[in-house]
Amino acid sequence: MAFNYDNYLRVDKMPTLWCWGCGDGVILKAFIRAVDKLGYNKDDMCIVSGIGCSGRFSSYIDCNTVHTTHGRTIAFATGIKLANPDKKVFCVAGDGDALAIGGNHTIHGCRRNIDINFILINNFIYGLTNSQTSPTTPQGMWTVTMQKGNIDPTFDACKLAIAAGASFVGRESVTDPKKIEKLFIKGFEHKGFSFFDIFSNCHINLGRKNKMASAMENLEWIDSITVSKIKFDKMSEEEKVGLFPMGVLYHNEDAPEYCEMYEQVKLAHQGRRQNITAADFAEK
Amino acid sequence: MALREIISSGNELAAHAAKDAGCKFFGGYPITPSSEIMHELSELLPAEGGTCIQMEDEIAGVACAIGASMSGVRAMTATSGPGISLKAENLGLAQMAEVPLVVVNVMRGGPSTGLPTRVSQGDVAQAKNPSHGDYKSITLCAGNLAECYTETVRAFNLADRFMQPVFVLLDETLGHMHGKAMIPSEEEVEAGIKPRAEFTGDPAEYKPYGVGQDEPAILNPMFKGYRYHFTGLHHNATGFPTEEIETCRKLIERLFNKVEAHQEEIDSYEEYMLDDAELLIIAYGSVSLAAKEAIRHLRAAGIKAGLFRPITLWPSPAERIKHWTDKIQKVLCVELNIGQYRDEIQRASGRLDIDGLFKVNGRALSPYEIVEKVKGM
Repeated sequence: MAFNYDNYLRVDKMPTLWCWGCGDGVILKAFIRAVDKLGYNKDDMCIVSGIGCSGRFSSYIDCNTVHTTHGRTIAFATGIKLANPDKKVFCVAGDGDALAIGGNHTIHGCRRNIDINFILINNFIYGLTNSQTSPTTPQGMWTVTMQKGNIDPTFDACKLAIAAGASFVGRESVTDPKKIEKLFIKGFEHKGFSFFDIFSNCHINLGRKNKMASAMENLEWIDSITVSKIKFDKMSEEEKVGLFPMGVLYHNEDAPEYCEMYEQVKLAHQGRRQNITAADFAEK
Repeated sequence: MALREIISSGNELAAHAAKDAGCKFFGGYPITPSSEIMHELSELLPAEGGTCIQMEDEIAGVACAIGASMSGVRAMTATSGPGISLKAENLGLAQMAEVPLVVVNVMRGGPSTGLPTRVSQGDVAQAKNPSHGDYKSITLCAGNLAECYTETVRAFNLADRFMQPVFVLLDETLGHMHGKAMIPSEEEVEAGIKPRAEFTGDPAEYKPYGVGQDEPAILNPMFKGYRYHFTGLHHNATGFPTEEIETCRKLIERLFNKVEAHQEEIDSYEEYMLDDAELLIIAYGSVSLAAKEAIRHLRAAGIKAGLFRPITLWPSPAERIKHWTDKIQKVLCVELNIGQYRDEIQRASGRLDIDGLFKVNGRALSPYEIVEKVKGM
């Protein structure tokens, strides 16, 4: 029997505002399958989204949802999570959200290792606002703000997340929805900051002027720049150029989670434990 | 009213007021001259099971406090003028989505980095409309140490009543002033807490923004079975984005109406030696302390001066201002800025002959300066 998405969907908000063939819907469905398999209660979930096409993600899921300002999802989610540490908090943001205007919050969300699931929908362009350069737009591609070819160096979001301290970092693409679902299941259950870099297509506003005007052509291009982490790790440095490893890229189950550490702060202020010292972190 | 005596600073009193008013979340970023509020709350809140977090920047400080408040807890942030400038966009979201929040601004010299350790009242106009767009803000201004406490308490109750951010303006002088204050007991403050309205019916019938045209939204706490949507976009009764013409108009008009229709719940002012006054001084914040002393000196010298002190600056107590400016010919507005509130006095009074004594060098006004100005009028 086909999977029934309706239990987690705001059915009356369908169809989505996303274009025909957009990958964001693939991610939405993978998200629903993952939380369904994990048996999450809708009342215990909160999704915080930013600005852009990905910003609409929150309005389609039937749970507690917040559509915030550009780039600030993690900051809002941090308040929600710290005030409700036993709840499941998710962020959904685009590449502009997460890596340009909200880059600082991405760094510090990862650093605090707070138990938030951060889904970056990375379509390499500012899609909603008609093709401006994003921090992940490949060099040489046409954008409306770099009409002779983009010169801005490209961000590897996962490298940033790992360096900043996220304890679960993984990447998949909409060309393989089952893998997104699996990655979500693993990361959602991880206690700590889980960072998902999900490559998506925008054949309308990235593809149209870059010789991949159909969804299929855009997806084929995504496939051409991705390779499994297992294969990637065996490649020479020259072979790795222009390729992104896919799968779970980093997973540290022992990193202290921020809400749990803050519970220790509360205990210390209530005189129920000694002050926190380096020893509290040394064994982990 | 059972008052208790406490020796403290304005900033510390604001922090204790937050704790006593049931605040469970503080998000902020260090900035002079407000930092002591966060210092104090970093001890007070976790001891009560709450959270005080120093975020990566001013923007995140206000955003996490709004997030916590969306989930249903009383939340606060504190900063100074440059911080408000950075927080402005998210304060606009809180206005639009109707999220209660207390925002303390301990004013320092501006514009820009200005005079970080010196006093000013340069953010009075900013408090009226810190972000883009149309809405009606509520701004309270403490005029003495005790009010750093009582106005912060009042701000929490007003925020939950009107479902929007409420500013508490302190200034560097008050924030760092250390002295004796008579404040209400913790029990009395606790007894006066008025929690947000809550919808208790069938979740299928819940319309968080489907309220009367002069009423605030009814936003239930998260995670309690009422799954709804917050957005900074124009939204309909259920909270979802819309561009429907009438819905958009009604939403913005309601953001004004909900405050204007209930102004008597928000108004607050002090009238000092006004009954027989022949000269009206209008001052607020720490400046009012100097004004009161000046009035005592002036009266000793035979000049019948009196003070009107707005405690709620926005919306202004316009009718009461007009009452006094109709009655008294000579009016002097005294401020630590170049007449930001005099503009409002002119508007409310319909008079353009309001005299001003303005000081913008980062130093407090002395009673002597006010006496000299009045004698020359």
